[in-house]
Amino acid sequence: MISGGTDTSYRKQSVVGRRMFILSAAKFVVFGGIIAQLFSLQINQNKKYLTLSDKNRLREWKLPPIRGDFQDFFGNTIAGNLKVYQLHIIPEQVENFNNLIIRVKDILELDQKTFNKIIKKKNSQKPWETLIISENLSWDQFVKINFYLHELSGVKPVLSVARNYPYNENYTHLLGYVAQASQNDLANNDEIKKKHVPGLRVGKIGLERSLENDLIGMNGVQRYEVNAYGKRIKQIDHIEGQKGKSIRLTVDTKIQQKCNDLLKDKAGSISVMDIYTGDILAMHSSPSFDPNLFLYGISYENWEAIKSDPKKPLINRSITGLYPPGSTIKPIVALSALENNVISPYFKVNCSGKIEMYGQTYNCWKKKGHGVVNLRDALKVSCDTFFYEMSRRLGVDRLNETAKKFGLGNKVFNNIFNEEKAGLVPSTEWKKNALGRGWVLGETLITGIGQGYIQTTPLQLCLMTAQLANGGFKINPKLIVNKDDLTFEDIKSKMSKNLEKKIQGPDFDDALVDLGMSSSKDDNLYSPLFRNQENVKFVLEAMFASTNEARGTSFSSRIEDKKYQFAGKTGTSQVKRITEAQRELDLDISQIPYEDRDHALYIAFGPYKNPRYAMSVFIEHGGSGGSTAAPMAKKLFKVVIDRHEEREKFKQKNINFIA
Amino acid sequence: MFQETALSGQITFFQKLRSLDYILLFCLLILGLVSSLSMYSTEGGEVLYHTKSHVIRFIVFFSMMLIFSFVNLKLWHSIGYIFYFVVLCLLIWASLYGVKASGSQRWVDLYFINLQPSELMKVAIIMCFAKFYHRTQIHLVNSFKNIIVPMVVLILPILLVVSQPDLGTSILIGLSGLVVLWLSGVNVKYFIYSSLILLISLPFLISFLKPYQKLRILTFFNPDRDPLGVGYQIIQSKIAVGSGGLSGKGFLKGTQSYLDFLPEKHTDFIFTLFSEEHGFIGSVLLLFLYAIIIYRTAKIGASARSFFGKLFCYGFASSIFIYVTVNMSMVLGLLPIVGSPLPIMSYGGSSMLATMIGFSVVMSTKIYQKQIIA
Repeated sequence: MISGGTDTSYRKQSVVGRRMFILSAAKFVVFGGIIAQLFSLQINQNKKYLTLSDKNRLREWKLPPIRGDFQDFFGNTIAGNLKVYQLHIIPEQVENFNNLIIRVKDILELDQKTFNKIIKKKNSQKPWETLIISENLSWDQFVKINFYLHELSGVKPVLSVARNYPYNENYTHLLGYVAQASQNDLANNDEIKKKHVPGLRVGKIGLERSLENDLIGMNGVQRYEVNAYGKRIKQIDHIEGQKGKSIRLTVDTKIQQKCNDLLKDKAGSISVMDIYTGDILAMHSSPSFDPNLFLYGISYENWEAIKSDPKKPLINRSITGLYPPGSTIKPIVALSALENNVISPYFKVNCSGKIEMYGQTYNCWKKKGHGVVNLRDALKVSCDTFFYEMSRRLGVDRLNETAKKFGLGNKVFNNIFNEEKAGLVPSTEWKKNALGRGWVLGETLITGIGQGYIQTTPLQLCLMTAQLANGGFKINPKLIVNKDDLTFEDIKSKMSKNLEKKIQGPDFDDALVDLGMSSSKDDNLYSPLFRNQENVKFVLEAMFASTNEARGTSFSSRIEDKKYQFAGKTGTSQVKRITEAQRELDLDISQIPYEDRDHALYIAFGPYKNPRYAMSVFIEHGGSGGSTAAPMAKKLFKVVIDRHEEREKFKQKNINFIA
Repeated sequence: MFQETALSGQITFFQKLRSLDYILLFCLLILGLVSSLSMYSTEGGEVLYHTKSHVIRFIVFFSMMLIFSFVNLKLWHSIGYIFYFVVLCLLIWASLYGVKASGSQRWVDLYFINLQPSELMKVAIIMCFAKFYHRTQIHLVNSFKNIIVPMVVLILPILLVVSQPDLGTSILIGLSGLVVLWLSGVNVKYFIYSSLILLISLPFLISFLKPYQKLRILTFFNPDRDPLGVGYQIIQSKIAVGSGGLSGKGFLKGTQSYLDFLPEKHTDFIFTLFSEEHGFIGSVLLLFLYAIIIYRTAKIGASARSFFGKLFCYGFASSIFIYVTVNMSMVLGLLPIVGSPLPIMSYGGSSMLATMIGFSVVMSTKIYQKQIIA
């Protein structure tokens, strides 16, 4: 400035002033731009960013839904929820986790394996996530923990609910069981996927599985504010979940328990059905197992024990066990022959213990033979020779038609049980399609005594018996009580109306029989399955004779009291072909290896005067039907009939009771 | 001229006290208060480490600024180069023996404070240029020597800071320097030439960038590219600001910051927090506060008789404007994320110190506005 003088100084000042002015103008524009951006974000797009902000900070936790109950017909809970005591720790809230967990281990007396599992689980989750030390504390453990609670800060005893089957092994095959949802469950059921929370128990088999969507209930929701790391800060909202639907079944626990007692230590199945309403009063498969074992993941030892049991407890024999029906098919063979006018009731055959046909010998079960027998006698004494001859005249295809009509070879339930099997009633067409060979006439003979290709489930035999016992009408076997179920009286009047229609209708009868084969279940419900009801009555009378007349195959199991009197048909089905040599030996049952012993079957209905119930008893490798299965039916019938009064009373009292 | 020099020498203490710019001081105090409250909010409504040290720093540096305001402008002028050299030496020291933190070496351990010399350089470069052009005659401003020397003076610290690496601060130093150069009358053509050269060499320069810096630039153009990685900061910041709405979520109620969704909320993203809690109205008011500060600073410059004082005030006002603009544009998603604090609001001692030194010189210019420096 000393050298520059005022001129330069002035020029400098004016340059900087001018440029500063330009800069200031630019600043205005830029600040304006920032304000514009603020406006755009905070005013124009406020809603969008508010949503995003809430999405950031709010997180929902689904609570496990509470599963609906199963009740028996009388409203007793047969699958419910039990309060269980659990032990939770949130590791983050614990000062010294290692000390604490060792203390807990001592108190609960946990073994090293469980302890290691807990440590592994702890290391795999976030420190603020709840660590479940035990899902099911015993009462003693719970008391002990509470006693020491003051020195176990961070440990939380929690009350939770878990599935419980109070009748243990009694309903296992019917209800199934629940266990932790697997990847498969999630993939196959959207409802489970939607409601899934870690540790959710879902039905694995049986009704628990098939009714999953009704039972599962609605999740409760807890809404929390979380921070950027996902840690819960505070609870914002809590929506109560909804318990799943409670489902009332047609079963009677007393009868079911009796079935279980009868089948103790045996492999087999017993089913009891109302012959009008189709209500299944009991359906038990033995041996069974305790479904409660599966709740917290079955232990290796228990699983091995169940899996390796030679009697195969996992199989639900009532609906998936396929066995030759043996002589229990004879009522249907007889009915079919009568219906098709193949023989008259007076047709006689002389049984000499065996019959030679098509160059082969067919033996009657009685080596000495039955002598001259008519149809009624043949059913009563279960004469095989008579049935060989009758079947020969009947032919397998006509037998197939009648058997299928009465429920053999078809699934009893529509879609309740995934594992249910349809069984097989052979026909010439079936053999050509399935085996590619023509029907051999000899095969008709053994089909006529329930051997050979024919395979049925014990429940199918029960349904068949029921549909015979009610006079030959189609019924709807069911396990679940519905609001709109028809009453016994409604069904009876429907049946008699259908019968009248059939008698009056001119060429109705053949059309209806065809209908029965092809149309869906409900269309011909409660309509006649016969051409002439006299034929059905004849067969029922013969079954009565089989149980209640001397020389009848189950005569020793009869009940003379009219109240309990029942009629039935024994069956003894061969597991393997018996050679002539073995036949000569005539071994006692105890001398035959278990797997080679015959299956014992018995079908029955009663009380004979006014039948209401049908049952089928099946004992795997049980020997003869008359000596093993029929006595069981006798014991069971007493219970069933006694319970009938209870059932009727309950119906009266709870006319509007729907669980 | 002599008369005036003599006059200025006669200013009494009370005259000096009276001639302080009280509006500017008031605005700075308000800003200090707002920043302390924001710091309090970042800690979820508790007085913890950041709040305490921020308040203490503000009080200490503000008092220091007041005291330094009474330093004669001549003295500021005379230490202009020395200050620059000292800071440059500190920068070299930092790059040799500096304290490393989060991948960069920016700090010098001075035993009582960890100093970030790059922040001081933002002021030092303005002081240095102000002195340089104060002494340069207008017709020599565009001479070869007078172009080359400032270029070297500017590029040296930039290179040092880039190598730390600290892209944000080096850009801010560069912009501050360039603004002063432009204000002092450097021919526009040089700016055009150099920006052309920069544009041409841009691909070459980009290859020198650290991978994370490249990623940030790419992310700026498309934040959704990597929403949980680099884009996370921009997205969360925009969510915070946007969800603030007209009047904000309320003091201490900014969920984005309270729940830790906001990154760097104490430092670079303090405005986001403020904006979330106080909304559009609060943000505009804060911007207005900065505008007043910038305006008052520039006004002091306008009435300064010495070219040093004038150029410094203009330059400092402009760089405050640049810091504010860059920081806000960054958090609002208008610019890529580069580390750049918001003056006084952001947590950081060196930045606060540098800003307060700057205001000391501005105040001194005000007090000695009639003084002419020979």
